[in-house]
Amino acid sequence: MARKKPARYSAFDLVKRGLKNEEWPRLWDHHDLNKSYDAIIIGGGVHGLATAYYLAKDHGITNVAVMDKGYLGGGGSGRNTAIVRSNYLTPEGINFYNRSLELYGSMATDHNLNVMFSERGHLTLAHSDASLRTMRWRAEVNKLQNINSLVIGPDEVKKIVPSLDISRDAAHPIEGALFHPPGGIIRHDAVVWAYARSAAAMGTQMHQKTEVLDIICEGGSGPDGKGPGGKVTGVRTNRGDVSAPVVVNCTAGWATLISDMAGVKLPITTFTLQAAVTEPVKVFLPAVVVSGSLHCYVSQTDRGELVFGAAVDPVSTYSMRGTFEFTENLAGHILDLMPGVAKMRLLRQWAGLCDMTPDYSPVMGVTPVEGFYVDVGWGTYGFKAGPGSGEAMANTISSGRNADIIAPFDLARFAEDRLVGEKGAAAVGH
Amino acid sequence: MLLVPCPNCGPRDASDFKFGGESSSRPDPRTATPEQWRDYVHLKTNVAGNQKETWYCRGCRTYFSLHRDTVTNIFGAPQS
Ligand SMILES: Cc1cc2nc3c(=O)[nH]c(=O)nc-3n(C[C@H](O)[C@H](O)[C@H](O)COP(=O)(O)OP(=O)(O)OC[C@H]3O[C@@H](n4cnc5c(N)ncnc54)[C@H](O)[C@@H]3O)c2cc1C
Ligand SMILES: [Zn+2]
Repeated sequence: MARKKPARYSAFDLVKRGLKNEEWPRLWDHHDLNKSYDAIIIGGGVHGLATAYYLAKDHGITNVAVMDKGYLGGGGSGRNTAIVRSNYLTPEGINFYNRSLELYGSMATDHNLNVMFSERGHLTLAHSDASLRTMRWRAEVNKLQNINSLVIGPDEVKKIVPSLDISRDAAHPIEGALFHPPGGIIRHDAVVWAYARSAAAMGTQMHQKTEVLDIICEGGSGPDGKGPGGKVTGVRTNRGDVSAPVVVNCTAGWATLISDMAGVKLPITTFTLQAAVTEPVKVFLPAVVVSGSLHCYVSQTDRGELVFGAAVDPVSTYSMRGTFEFTENLAGHILDLMPGVAKMRLLRQWAGLCDMTPDYSPVMGVTPVEGFYVDVGWGTYGFKAGPGSGEAMANTISSGRNADIIAPFDLARFAEDRLVGEKGAAAVGH
Repeated sequence: MLLVPCPNCGPRDASDFKFGGESSSRPDPRTATPEQWRDYVHLKTNVAGNQKETWYCRGCRTYFSLHRDTVTNIFGAPQS
């Protein structure tokens, strides 16, 4: 029997279980694969799980399987630098990021799980007149969309982050910054668990270590009935065949491999994005700081570690190995910005796969194959968009037509020359 | 760090090169429809495995093609 809401976490529960040394209930149960589902979601990252959650919550569709070849959150959703913000450039994109930020704001209470959302403010530094001009433009575009976003001078930067050197003789003087007060960080694992737990409580099944090997189609113009004009009837997995009239591709870096299985070509190339984290130190960095011209960004976790990131790697690949080149470049740029951290040691570096599109905007909604939906192409910026995307995808799947909010991001835009250029606000700060 | 085998300079760090992406065949611009042209510009194979791709060497200023396994990052022999 499906519970409607998961068991609540509370201080009382903590004490009770602590005293009795009781097991905690699992966040989601293990199931055998059914022979059929109303919908199969491929990819157990924030996008797949949010879609599953909103299908159940808003549309009562719970005969759903989320399948991941590894573990939930093992893709980009557990590897990102967890920055959330909505100060993008296109009105189409801002709709999404803003809605998601709103949903993240109430997530801890909605899901009764501490996602450690910290609206600490987001600063994009300008080191030249030219970049200050770009910041002004971005701020004006943001204001028109009702986004809290403004340009501030070096003195105000110093007030927000006292440890930054704003003197004229710094290696890269700070001319000002684009300041986005609602931006911040969130605990990405907790977000993944919150959606999985809430969806599972409503009856949706989570299937880890379940790799989709093929998508079964009929009536399409390509080989084996795949391709435009056809429809999906199910998937082949390492645990057997399962039928479903709806298959949703939420596989980010692996997106083209899954779409190939349905005969749908995508404008996506897979690149690695790397990040690194230092040993923990006393908290000194109260906001997220991005420098576009130095190709790096940094935030400090509540534990005190500095989390660093940079732009996407220059060579496309499916290998998730980190490179020394990245650490070397990153260290150089970070030291230009914050010479004071020179003696800190990096604890870890890692890489994740990013599904890059030509216009730095996602590809969402229906495809030329009936029942096959995509929510991919989120590149280096998709974590913050998870909640809004899940809500809109669930809406799209339940109605069979693209929700208004995702219509500009349909696959057809590439053939029809309607690109949604977001590179200016997405290339370095994710 | 990737070591890219340049046909002229031999193996060198990837940072000496510009990666040009997967190779694909260009339709004839005089006869292609706008849709065909946009497909050529935007749609990717993005193979997980052996890929033919373009590189530019900043040392000898040459464009050349290479085969690389995009899963292991192992290069095949250079071709012109
Ligand atoms: C280092 C790094 C830093 C980032 N920083 C930020 C940031 O600060 N802010 C931000 O908003 N975004 C950031 N991103 C981007 C963000 O992580 C992604 O856009 C987002 O997590 C994508 O989520 P997803 O659910 O679409 O895909 P993923 O979380 O990647 O999930 C895809 C899942 O599909 C599964 N899968 C693949 N193939 C199959 C198959 N055949 N069968 C079954 N399952 C399969 C994978 O195992 C994986 O779990 C960053 C990314 C990286 C790598
Ligand atoms: Zn050369």
